[in-house]
Amino acid sequence: MIEGISIYEILTLTSILFFIGIYGFITRKNLISILISVELILNASVVNFVVINKYLYPDILQGVFVSIFIIAIAAAETALAVSIIINLYRQISSVEVKDTEIMKY
Amino acid sequence: MNFSYTILIPLIPLAVFLLLGIFNKKIKPTVSGYIGVFGLLASTLLSFYTAYQYFFVIGKVDGVYQTFVEKTVWMHFTETLHIDMGILIDPISIMMLIVVSVVSLMVNIYSIGYMKGDDGCTRFFAFLGLFSFSMYGLVLATNLFQIYIFWELVGVSSYLLIGYYYTKPSAVAAAKKAFIVTRFADLGFLIGILIIGYYTGTFDFETLNNPEGSAILNWASTSFMGLSAITWALILIFIGGAGKSAMMPFHIWLPDAMEGPTPVSALIHAATMVVAGIFLVARLFPMYYFVEHGFALNIVAYVGAISSLFAAIIAITQTDIKRVLAYSTMSQLGYMMFALGVSGYDGQEGIGYMASMFHLFTHAMFKALLFLAAGSIIHAVHSNYLKDMGGLRKYMPITHITFLIAALAISGIPPFAGFWSKDEILVAAFEHNKLIYYIGVIVAGLTAFYMFRIYFGIFWGKDRKYEHTPKESPLSMTFPLMFLALISIVGGFIPFSEFITPDKAGFDAHLNYPLAAIAIGIGLTGILLAWMFYKKENNLAEKFANGFGIFYKWTCNKFYFDEFYLFVAKKIIFKRISAPIAWFDKKVVDGTMVGIGNKTVQTSEKIKGMQSGKVQDYAFAFVGGVVVLALVFIYLW
Repeated sequence: MIEGISIYEILTLTSILFFIGIYGFITRKNLISILISVELILNASVVNFVVINKYLYPDILQGVFVSIFIIAIAAAETALAVSIIINLYRQISSVEVKDTEIMKY
Repeated sequence: MNFSYTILIPLIPLAVFLLLGIFNKKIKPTVSGYIGVFGLLASTLLSFYTAYQYFFVIGKVDGVYQTFVEKTVWMHFTETLHIDMGILIDPISIMMLIVVSVVSLMVNIYSIGYMKGDDGCTRFFAFLGLFSFSMYGLVLATNLFQIYIFWELVGVSSYLLIGYYYTKPSAVAAAKKAFIVTRFADLGFLIGILIIGYYTGTFDFETLNNPEGSAILNWASTSFMGLSAITWALILIFIGGAGKSAMMPFHIWLPDAMEGPTPVSALIHAATMVVAGIFLVARLFPMYYFVEHGFALNIVAYVGAISSLFAAIIAITQTDIKRVLAYSTMSQLGYMMFALGVSGYDGQEGIGYMASMFHLFTHAMFKALLFLAAGSIIHAVHSNYLKDMGGLRKYMPITHITFLIAALAISGIPPFAGFWSKDEILVAAFEHNKLIYYIGVIVAGLTAFYMFRIYFGIFWGKDRKYEHTPKESPLSMTFPLMFLALISIVGGFIPFSEFITPDKAGFDAHLNYPLAAIAIGIGLTGILLAWMFYKKENNLAEKFANGFGIFYKWTCNKFYFDEFYLFVAKKIIFKRISAPIAWFDKKVVDGTMVGIGNKTVQTSEKIKGMQSGKVQDYAFAFVGGVVVLALVFIYLW
């Protein structure tokens, strides 16, 4: 609970953060940038968890736990994604998203 | 008395079949024959033990042989209508057990010699085991449905064994023909069973055959097109029996079935499977006799008599030894059929039934012997055709003597087995239906004639050009010949009327001397004629044949039955009925389905560009969808 700042303002902030992530995910050409965008989306939701927990249910801690949990998983997921990207680079010498479309029809 | 051990009689051959069938390649061909023989030997011993127990240890109770049934309910429909599996022991099933055991055992022994050096030997013995199992199951069946199941099983084993040489197109065609023709007849059998089940509410032989039972007493309560529904059912069941027993007009498969190995012809197409139809009528004899005053039984009698005459005439002109024997089998089966048809029920009246079963027994022995001897000859000269055989008595003494015994037996010359049974049949026919009696006498003469025609042709006359000198077959083949010849000599002295009668009470049969004299006279005349025609090479037969002209030609071509069926099947059924249906199926039914498939493919071709393979496009579509849904839910709901 932060004095003078209401829940609406913080939620607006996280929404903006979330859509920045979405925008980055859709428009970036580089796989690393896309990964960073994904992190932004995740962080937006983590902040949401904490804020909603603090403002609406100050007596319990579930939201905080979940946020820690998400951070841990995000770390693992990043490691995985980076390893995929490295492997991809070894295969096609590129981390550009337009070069990875062999799955089309 | 508990007869439940008799279940082993069918199960042992089944075990042999499974053993040889599953470990087909791992068992040496030489070993497989012995496995088959020992399995069958066990079944044979059990059969004889059962017969001894039944007839001599238990014997008659209150002057009547008892019926023993052991069964469990297999499918339950209503309180009375259920399909059981079990075994039924009564005089005719015991008699059939003996016939099937002895002939199967002999054929198995014979096959060791006959099939030597054949790669598929193990498969052959496996199928023989399957056949024996099915045939035992058929004779021990307790109800119509069980008999139907085993009925089809013997049909399958027959199919497999006829088509044993599956690389030979004619064998494959014959196997298919046998299966399709008998299947077609079995359709009648099945419908008959269903009608019986519907109107009497039971499939059980004991309930159905009880002369005081409701099934027989209430036959008049139903009617369909002027006849009792039960009579229709019995006629339909007889159609099934006619198919298996090669009665007219379902006989066309039997001569072609001779494409199978000769031991198979001896076992299945002479001695056991083909008598299934006669057995079926005998099994339901009280129903045939009592329902509608024996209307269905009359049909049986006339079909049998006509088939008998018809087949005997064709047999005279055939040139393939096995085909002569096949038509002879058909003729003798007709004999058994009309003997059943002219039989009464009580006491002395049941002589036709008794004679039919007696002839079934003796015929199985001497006809199996004839076929096995024919196999021995074919083995020696490598040909089926009579023109390639001649003067063989010097080379094959045992085959010669045994063949002669069998030929005398089938011609009805005393004291051989066939005389006694044939005489009883003629007595029964004489007492009940003069027309059929005359047909029977003519057939007896024809039988003697065609039998001795091939006998003189094969064993006397001039030597033919043989690739190598024919020599007598090995002991494994001659032993069954000698054994069956022994039965063909003494088999007639069994007092059959003591054991097997419709009312199961037994009676004393006496030889009817005038009728016996006529039968012997006719038989001897036939032999004499054959001797005149064929003992020495002469053109008497040819002149005679020319004298008959068109009739001879018709007979040679088996009265064009095959051609007629082919015409009906190809020109009428295939062209007029099947072809339009096939067109409808191909164009309309298939067309619809193929059309749906094609349209789907075309549509997919057009829209597949949407799948760009770029993750970001998908993510964009996903987010866009979520946004649209969010807008819809927020503002429009």
